[in-house]
Amino acid sequence: MSIQTIITWVVVFAVFALTIKPLGTYIVQVFTFQPTFLDRVLGPLENGIFRLVGVDRDSTMSVKTYIMALLLTNMAWALGAYILLRIQGALPFNPQHFPDVNPLLAFNTAASFTTNTNWQAYAGGSTMSYFSQFAVLSYLQFVTPATGGAAAIAFLRMVSGKKIGNFFVDLTLMVTRLLLPLAIIVTLILVGQGVPETLAPYLHLHSIAGQAQTVPRGPIASFEAIEHLGQNGGGFTNANSANPLENPTAFSNIVEVISMGLLPVAFFYAFGVITGHKKTAWTFVGVAAVFFVGMLALIYFPEAAGNPIINALGLHTHANMVGKELRFGLGGTSIFETSTMSFTTGSVASAHDSYLPLSSLSFFLGMFLNMIFGGKGVGLLNLLMFVIITVFLMGLMVGRTPEFLGKKIETKEVTLASIAFLIHPLLILVGSAIAVSSPAGLQGIFNPGPQGLSEIIYGFSSAAANNGSAFAGLGAALPFYELAIGIVVIIGRYGSIVAMLFVGESLLNKRSVPESSGTMRTDTFLFGGILWGAIMILNALTFFPIMALGPIAEHYLMMAHHLF
Amino acid sequence: MKWLRSILGVTLGTWLLVGLGYPLVMTGISQVLFPYQANGSPVKLGNRIVASLHVGQYYHQPQYFWGRPSATTPPYNPYASTPSNLGPTNKLLLEHVKSRIKTLQRSIPGLRVSQIPISLVESSGSGLDPDISVQSALIQIPRVSRATGLSRGFLTRLIDQHVSGPQFGVIGRSRINVMELNLAVYKALHPHA
Repeated sequence: MSIQTIITWVVVFAVFALTIKPLGTYIVQVFTFQPTFLDRVLGPLENGIFRLVGVDRDSTMSVKTYIMALLLTNMAWALGAYILLRIQGALPFNPQHFPDVNPLLAFNTAASFTTNTNWQAYAGGSTMSYFSQFAVLSYLQFVTPATGGAAAIAFLRMVSGKKIGNFFVDLTLMVTRLLLPLAIIVTLILVGQGVPETLAPYLHLHSIAGQAQTVPRGPIASFEAIEHLGQNGGGFTNANSANPLENPTAFSNIVEVISMGLLPVAFFYAFGVITGHKKTAWTFVGVAAVFFVGMLALIYFPEAAGNPIINALGLHTHANMVGKELRFGLGGTSIFETSTMSFTTGSVASAHDSYLPLSSLSFFLGMFLNMIFGGKGVGLLNLLMFVIITVFLMGLMVGRTPEFLGKKIETKEVTLASIAFLIHPLLILVGSAIAVSSPAGLQGIFNPGPQGLSEIIYGFSSAAANNGSAFAGLGAALPFYELAIGIVVIIGRYGSIVAMLFVGESLLNKRSVPESSGTMRTDTFLFGGILWGAIMILNALTFFPIMALGPIAEHYLMMAHHLF
Repeated sequence: MKWLRSILGVTLGTWLLVGLGYPLVMTGISQVLFPYQANGSPVKLGNRIVASLHVGQYYHQPQYFWGRPSATTPPYNPYASTPSNLGPTNKLLLEHVKSRIKTLQRSIPGLRVSQIPISLVESSGSGLDPDISVQSALIQIPRVSRATGLSRGFLTRLIDQHVSGPQFGVIGRSRINVMELNLAVYKALHPHA
């Protein structure tokens, strides 16, 4: 392992360690309406928006109204995005004169960007006008993570005994107080590193060797910034962050990695501040961090060792470089991919389909668990879902009433948490099963052998986890996948959010039980270990069989030098 | 009706702010602060734009250093960036690697497989990787020297001058921008261009 790899990783971890407390505290200050340093600049802007909406900053809703507001607003965005993509040809800022987007692709794209998935069945650089890129897709990359963040804030308010708040206010503050200020800073850093930010048309040039090139330009840096800060992952061009236009240097790579993780990590601490259970929050951070480091190792070491089939040729170096770029180094590439799978961003700095099977296993782990910090706020909700299930299991084992944050966990909460948990494997397994048993689904396979099955499972996992990355050999532009993925992203996104908000409501309405010597503590090393184990066991029971047929089979066949 | 107003209000308000205001203002600021980078880092030869600094180009003539294999059609097409997506047990992957090794060996007599870095025969993530490793450049000296008449010593010095170390000395890795190296070769051959 090179010194550059170690430094890259240390820098990323150090930034998360240094920002988790101040940023987590700041999030709580914003959403409990305490004064912060940005009030003077942003206050009037926000008041303007609140006047348009017709709400007061400190107004509140019922849980049902909050959920309705969230769903209806998201529906309106999806509809608006669909229409704007369909009439792209007639809209301004289209120097390349791209035509209207076709109906099925417009549906898939609108659904995928509204649900924070950002699965792309199209090649951005040759499909979308500048207007569609910034006024539709980049806009959605602001408001959809803001939606997830708002849901998490609503949940946290309820479990700490506060009123749920107003969706429209929370949404606005997510955009103005968290995403916009960070996006401005990140955009400027990226432009400085060489990411274009212009409205001028694509660059036409002839190289000294006589090659004609059309180099895409556009407002790429501002798009990249929010793509990563919001764990969105929709790229401006097809190769996403592997493309030197989106990610030109080792430093821009680190900046994008940090952008993905800042807010999801800070939300874990915000949980501790708002509920007053900071030690529990650190336990959760520990559990997620162990998964994160495990994933990183599981990606780095197999790739460094390389593909035995190729290495039998006796080349000068051995690391697997298929689908990877040189400038990030293997260390930079592997922490980018670990982050994009943990934080459910879905942008990629290399081609996931060309990774070795054990590294692929790590990608799947990120999507199955969906709580290794996860998307901003949404990952926290997924973790808390596992916490409720774990507390319940522990209660069963030792014969005590399960409690969490001083509230009894009873049938209703466990039922809702189980529903939230089960939606995920249901979508992945049933979706994959339909795909592999229909000619329309099988038609999408690119790589033969077990890798082909993995491509399909990856597609549905990515959709259900609202990740958006792909084993991109899969024919995502086929009508079957445009439709199926479009449906899965919607259920995957809103099913668990709604279930968890009802859990929050149910906890809010319960009396607090005073802590006693009989209370099972959730802020100990022991609990962290049990939580980690419960998450692993639940997911292994659910997903091991299908993993055995995909990446695990592929691994042993590769070791035996078997080709397809 | 109240719903409609709220939803339209919050959408319009945030859209004006981050859908229109943010990208346009950021474009304006970037054009002032970083005009070169913001416009795609164009590289000029005389008055003519010959490259975008970070975007790799296709060189397959004997007088130039070759970059990594590219999976785009045609190779190094920035308009259609894509990886090969070939999986680890796909027989096409092995076939491609073998045929690239053969092509290199045909163009550089005496080149042993054990001298060829894997990155020079495996295709990149974008199809636009601008860089190759130092070793990948060194092994191509005999071919470039024979095709251009430039001495091996001169080309070795040229490569030395064009090695970019890890960024800030500590992140990423040492590499060579193929376009910049070839531009230097071109200038050595056309001193008055």
